[in-house]
Amino acid sequence: MTDRSDSERDAEWEMVVGLEVHCELATATKLFCGCRNAFGDEPNVNICPVCLGLPGALPVLNEQAVELAMRIGAALHCEIRPSVFARKNYFYPDQAKDYQISQYDLPLNADGWLELPDGTRIGVTRAHMEEDTGKLSHVGASGRINAAEHALVDYNRSGVPLVEIVSEPDMRSAAQARAYASELRGILVATGASDGRMEEGSMRVDANVSVRPAGSDRFGTRCEVKNLNSLRSLGRAIEFEAARQIGVIEGGGTVEQQTRHWDESAGRTEPLRSKEEANDYRYFPEPDLVPLAPDPAWQERVHAGLGPMPADRRAALSEALGGSPSTAETDQIRAVVDLGLDGLIAAAVDAGAPVALALARAANEVAAGGEAALDLDPAAFSELLALEAGGRLSATQSKAVLGALLERGGGDPAALAAEMGFEALGADTLGAVLDQVIGENADAWARFVDGDDKVQGFFTGQVMKATSGKANGREVAAELHRRRQAASAT
Amino acid sequence: MSDADPGRAPLGRDDVVHVAHLARLELSDEEVELFTAQLRTVLDHAADVAALDLSHLEPSSHPIALQNVMRADEPRPSLERDEVLGAAPAVEDHRFRVPRIGGEAP
Ligand SMILES: [Zn+2]
Repeated sequence: MTDRSDSERDAEWEMVVGLEVHCELATATKLFCGCRNAFGDEPNVNICPVCLGLPGALPVLNEQAVELAMRIGAALHCEIRPSVFARKNYFYPDQAKDYQISQYDLPLNADGWLELPDGTRIGVTRAHMEEDTGKLSHVGASGRINAAEHALVDYNRSGVPLVEIVSEPDMRSAAQARAYASELRGILVATGASDGRMEEGSMRVDANVSVRPAGSDRFGTRCEVKNLNSLRSLGRAIEFEAARQIGVIEGGGTVEQQTRHWDESAGRTEPLRSKEEANDYRYFPEPDLVPLAPDPAWQERVHAGLGPMPADRRAALSEALGGSPSTAETDQIRAVVDLGLDGLIAAAVDAGAPVALALARAANEVAAGGEAALDLDPAAFSELLALEAGGRLSATQSKAVLGALLERGGGDPAALAAEMGFEALGADTLGAVLDQVIGENADAWARFVDGDDKVQGFFTGQVMKATSGKANGREVAAELHRRRQAASAT
Repeated sequence: MSDADPGRAPLGRDDVVHVAHLARLELSDEEVELFTAQLRTVLDHAADVAALDLSHLEPSSHPIALQNVMRADEPRPSLERDEVLGAAPAVEDHRFRVPRIGGEAP
């Protein structure tokens, strides 16, 4: 395989990817008990007889979790069906009960699809409800799982409601898998079902990866890759795993069906266990819970209550821009919708700001504010854009004020601008400064009047120097051109 | 459940060894013999039920004809942590301490 280039190799093989996404639901309590569903609490403060599986404790289903699970199903165009909870039995201390309550052969949502921004449709096999497991910390010399001496368990997360969304093996590249995960995250956030934070584990992605000769319609043996904590890891892990499998096959071997662990720092996948030793989960219907079959009226309410999804929001922004956004604007639109900043833009546009300006500031300066971006006061953002669009602040000044707004979590843009010394010069002051600068540089001025535009920058620079940068570049340019026209006319 | 399917081979020694492994039970050869016979009797009874003509009945996952039993999403007090951890065989750093585990969660 060393004789051929990567592109030749890529042309001979096709990767096939399906994703399993676990999404923690944004409820107040756990799936089957009244313990709080909270991230980052002290260990083992949110535990009770139900989520610890103590004898005699009985689970009762959380209605809001069902509501959120149905919203996910509806947003993914699934059919919402009568469903049954089952026990998935296994020996592992992340569940005190030694089983996990999940939906097995009768999931709540099935047969849906998700459309990627480029129009590709990825099938969604099912989106079922289940409870999350506790959190294990492996303690040992290296901190690595296989080298651990013992483990510590925090059951706060045990019993937190999850929806597992299983895609069809419809993706053919790492980029497509990333696009799917990113779009799905946007949808989960838009439904209000989840905050979609991969780094906090509220959205977790496992990838099923296989390869086959290009043009084949048979699937190769797949490996499941776990521990993908960001979109970046997802993309890297899939690329690595597909290349590894191609290497195995081209080396004369066969791919073994395995679960593999992505090691982010080493940039490789390692085997965890092969399918032969995989557990036999002995699923059976959970005797302590009755079937769940949301009635048509509830399903209708869920459908009717769904707000605009990311695709709708991108379309709305694109339309506001006149219907044919540039490539750069398309990227900006995707970024602001992903970050949930399109509401901010809509508010500014409603207040009279130009769409393109609002989009650019939101996609660049606001987005760079990270967490603070979501807390930015739409009224302050709108006012700032009005100052910039009205020429009272230059682009540079506006960006600086925006940075200060994000840093302080809000404020009055005009007052902030004044505080930062960005007061616009009065027309009189600018006129006087120009008189002086032109008087001191008569030769340069003559060249400018003759049509030498290169001198314009020189004059702008002189004005800025004389005003300590307080002049508005656009106003200076306008004034220079007005004076040149007046001078040429005489 | 599926062991009661008509036409399926009767429960054998290997099945018992497999199930015992899944339950992390260490059985002696004598125990495997004993439980194979006992479990076969239980499954024979299930086979009797499976032999009935139930084609006119809807499958059910629960003996009581109830569905959609739910509670409001309202927090209730959890247990006292110290009390719970006090009942555990081993505790470290406010967490349950468990033996070394090979591999990740199944
Ligand atoms: Zn609980």
